[in-house]
Amino acid sequence: MMSLEEISQKIQASAKRLLAEGRAEVVIGYRRGTTPLTVAPHFARTAEDCDQLVWSSFAKINLATYLPKYPGKVALVAKGCDARSAVGQVVENQVLRENLYIIGVACNGMVDVERILAGEPRPAFEATEDQATIKLSGEGWITSLAREEVLRRNCRVCVSRTPSATADEVIGDQTEPLSADDFADLKELAGRSPADKLAYFKGLVKECLRCYACRNACPLCYCPVCFVDETRPQWLGKSQDEMDTFTFHVLRAFHCAGRCTSCGACETACPMDIKLREFNRVLESEVQKDWQYTPGLTWDQKPPLTTYRPDDEAEFIK
Amino acid sequence: MSQFEPKIVAFFCNWCTYGAADLAGVSRLDYPPNFRVVRLPCTGRLNPKYILEAFKLGADGVWVSGCHPGDCHYISGNYYARRKFVLLHHMLEAIGLEPGRLNFSWISSAEATKFQEVAKDVVEKVRACGPNINFRKAELELGLSEVA
Repeated sequence: MMSLEEISQKIQASAKRLLAEGRAEVVIGYRRGTTPLTVAPHFARTAEDCDQLVWSSFAKINLATYLPKYPGKVALVAKGCDARSAVGQVVENQVLRENLYIIGVACNGMVDVERILAGEPRPAFEATEDQATIKLSGEGWITSLAREEVLRRNCRVCVSRTPSATADEVIGDQTEPLSADDFADLKELAGRSPADKLAYFKGLVKECLRCYACRNACPLCYCPVCFVDETRPQWLGKSQDEMDTFTFHVLRAFHCAGRCTSCGACETACPMDIKLREFNRVLESEVQKDWQYTPGLTWDQKPPLTTYRPDDEAEFIK
Repeated sequence: MSQFEPKIVAFFCNWCTYGAADLAGVSRLDYPPNFRVVRLPCTGRLNPKYILEAFKLGADGVWVSGCHPGDCHYISGNYYARRKFVLLHHMLEAIGLEPGRLNFSWISSAEATKFQEVAKDVVEKVRACGPNINFRKAELELGLSEVA
């Protein structure tokens, strides 16, 4: 099995080759963060820059978010979900296919850093890892965690861990897709009363500050002017009104309907630890049920809301 | 005891349901006066924002109606709209909107009697849901109630 160092070295070698060949002007990848358990986005434009590229279990940011902002040739270091987001952007004509080179990396899931920190309040100075464990060390202590147990929730139901179908090259040992989300909790919730459902969803966003970090981190949110920033008419008030916040979350999810790849960037970015994906999952389950559609898996699929079938079912319409 | 009279925002497509409402009027068909109509060029023009905005501003119900699938003035507008409605309807009911508050129908401009029936039905459904408390924005305390 390929170690993380080997994967990092291969990413660096590919990045250098792509820059030298002129296939890309910039390689977007990850470098070590300034604190343990983090990585930062890295934009490599020279061979020296490439030496900083790394791969780790903390590479949870979705770098496809940067793609629509770059007019030139870009190479993207991508997990399965990031590659799906990039494919979605190409399908939606936001990125030119010929300007994009996907360095796919076989992913074993990313870890939930908030969860690790919640279980380990002592300040960690260093985090190291191998394929199965994360080792944390601080002043006079050292502890190790099983990687599987601290995986992010979306990584546990990932159907696209290795972007082998869409990436221009794949680094690392192929990882098999996991069994898909069965939406069991949503099905259970669907049987409850409207008041219960509302209490659950309003409860989820109770802590929301409306900082819009979820929107900024999302690879799908590339609109030049977001509906939350529109003022004439103003769709959302600027105060902390509960209904404004709730409407934001409903519409944010609705804008991602049939496009969301469950990359978890929104939840990762949220400073209040809101389970934002719960809203997206409601729509994801419906899109899969009605149109058997999973976004970002091929280059030629049409997003479900940009197409129709004359015999689409809608029995609730009189 | 006075009956609760719901306020309903109705989004009608210009070419079909709006015409049906006209025809129902000139045909002297009785229908309840509880809805305020917003005329759209096509149901495909309906942004989900409008529906949430209506609820946020205090509408007790929303009714969206347009041409039958296949009869769209713009050929395919309501086909696209139908997919959006499927998702929006599912989503809003999944997160706690009472079934009956949000209504959809296809009524052609010749179907004045269907318009009358559906109008009555929509008003009764929304009436059964009661006033919209959960999806409306809190009113600002301006002391207006005392002035009024």
